[in-house]
Amino acid sequence: MAKTLYEKIWDRHVVKNLSDGWTLLYIDRQLVHEVTSAQAFDGLRLAGRTVRRPALTFATLDHNVPTDNQAVITDPIARAQIEALRRNCREFGVTLFDLGDANHGVVHIIGPELGLTLPGTTMVCGDSHTATHGAFGALAHGIGTSEVEHVLATQTLRQKKSRTFRVEFTGRLTPQVTSKDMILKLIGQIGAAGGTGYVMEYAGSAIRALSMEARMTICNMSIEAGARAGLIAPDETTFNYIAASDRPYAPRGAALEGALASWKMLTSDAEAAFDRTLTIEAAALAPQVTWGTSPGMVADITGRVPEPDQVAGYHKTDVENALAYMGLTPGTPLTAIKVQAVFIGSCTNGRIEDLRVAAAVLQGRRVAHGVRALIVPGSARVKAQAEAEGLDRIFKAAGAEWRHAGCSMCLAMNPDQLQPGERCAATSNRNFEGRQGKGGRTHLVSPAMAAAAAVAGHFVDIRTWN
Amino acid sequence: MKPFTIHNGQLAPLDRANVDTDAIIPKQFLKLIGRSGFGQYLFHDWRYLADGTPNPQFELNKPGHAGASILVTRNNFGCGSSREHAVWAVAQYGIRVIIAPWRQHHKDRLPGFADIFRNNCGKNGVLTIELSEAEVDRIFHAVHTQPGLQATVDLPQQTIVLHTTPEQTLRFEVDPGLKQYLLRGLDDIALTLEQEADITAFEQHHDVQCAGGR
Repeated sequence: MAKTLYEKIWDRHVVKNLSDGWTLLYIDRQLVHEVTSAQAFDGLRLAGRTVRRPALTFATLDHNVPTDNQAVITDPIARAQIEALRRNCREFGVTLFDLGDANHGVVHIIGPELGLTLPGTTMVCGDSHTATHGAFGALAHGIGTSEVEHVLATQTLRQKKSRTFRVEFTGRLTPQVTSKDMILKLIGQIGAAGGTGYVMEYAGSAIRALSMEARMTICNMSIEAGARAGLIAPDETTFNYIAASDRPYAPRGAALEGALASWKMLTSDAEAAFDRTLTIEAAALAPQVTWGTSPGMVADITGRVPEPDQVAGYHKTDVENALAYMGLTPGTPLTAIKVQAVFIGSCTNGRIEDLRVAAAVLQGRRVAHGVRALIVPGSARVKAQAEAEGLDRIFKAAGAEWRHAGCSMCLAMNPDQLQPGERCAATSNRNFEGRQGKGGRTHLVSPAMAAAAAVAGHFVDIRTWN
Repeated sequence: MKPFTIHNGQLAPLDRANVDTDAIIPKQFLKLIGRSGFGQYLFHDWRYLADGTPNPQFELNKPGHAGASILVTRNNFGCGSSREHAVWAVAQYGIRVIIAPWRQHHKDRLPGFADIFRNNCGKNGVLTIELSEAEVDRIFHAVHTQPGLQATVDLPQQTIVLHTTPEQTLRFEVDPGLKQYLLRGLDDIALTLEQEADITAFEQHHDVQCAGGR
């Protein structure tokens, strides 16, 4: 019978079918960070349990870490959480990429970099953006701390099969329109709950044309549509990424040859049935800007802040509340919205290609007066690469701040936060109330759009700007 | 886990859609490494004013809503971050049931709860109930008319009884596996470890690098 990519990966991981449609599914890789793991390790200790496969578990410190000086953690509560993970990793035999390590970074940036993320595998992490790894054709999703503990103890999860949703992006993107715009457009179209209960598969010529990093941006934000996971079938682009010489955990030599033979079968069969399908014409896409407090509240840069009763998928009162929080008036052109802060980074857009795009915009220009721009690489490797290419010098010359790796102002658990009322162009993934700091106002955009907003002091259409 | 069978409690309305886990428990409280003490921070940035006093405008602070254990809200509750701290905050505040509507959007039915949040609720003995928008509107109407309204949520019978005059009964669906799990208050790690022989057998022929047979 014809199968989807999701069903093929699922079938390869069924340990046992349980009652009532539940399945015990094997988990190949668990990534761990400091914020959602302490209680799970505690649970193991209390029950006298061990980590079943410590060699399949990898940890990093990313959510609460400062990005200015990582040698000294001044926040005592953050330091206690960091110390707890260090202790837990030592006690349970888990590899930790600690601060200062050449492989340290944001959990969803380092997984692919290190070759931990591989096609056809199942991956989990106590973080909703685990969907990122689906760009490799890995079935990857976020879990809560109870499930983190369950995977640590058993290397499995009790799961129910999701429905499948195929989104085809046909044609080609026009210049300056990016994968960030593709996923924001999709979320705007189906809504912030439009993918709930589904595993998304992204396909079509516009997806095939994307680099691995651009694909990761799309899969990363699957959760913002509510989806359990996002998948892209692996292809030559994927295999070339994995075969690159500096991925210490990827298979090599004969093992890689064997793996490639297996990975090449990881596509949805032509006759496979999906529960839902949607086609989007890539050439018709414009740069996207969110204007509200839900990722589905998004519009083309050529558009205006909408009237509260004219937003599909949202109740009028919810839009009114969002506009009040954002301090926006219906009818305002998006290009007239001024920003006071710019954040370039996160597991969505904190990779080297994102920084190259931002540097190309900032080269020879200055961040506008009254705007602070924060550029945070996703990992120590990204930071080193950017510095080798001289991108850091371009950022600093433009008046932007260049930081160490971490989640930073994406969720503002560390000192990088917006002030109340401060408005930010952000390359991250969530525009929720208070997400980047209490009272802060977030507009989600691509790295090029964020960098251009930093220079102009307001949003611009990157396609026609200068 | 505390078993869930029949719960009598007071309803409170939270008439907002897309309530995300950042709103349920803001990030500044995620640095705590214990599993308790989160209830006081539930909906923190809505619930308290800048000086730390309760915000009288916030729904749960209004007269008649203190001490509620059944929350009725709108679509896509619990979206966003996977932080289980959100469910710990809900449970430790004293909420045992959350009711949210599924929603028709074009041809699709949008679930009332975000996926990871709903899962996390199950692990913590919090019952999530999805009803139609019309049914949820009825509950909102009832609780707005009668603040402090009591209700009985009966998991074995899959009913909600609103103690209005006269009483109103609503039926709900629940996943049969989850129902058993909640009724018995099971520890799912212990349950899974009963399958350890199967896990070990699976590992004998499973390759975690290429995820195929060896």
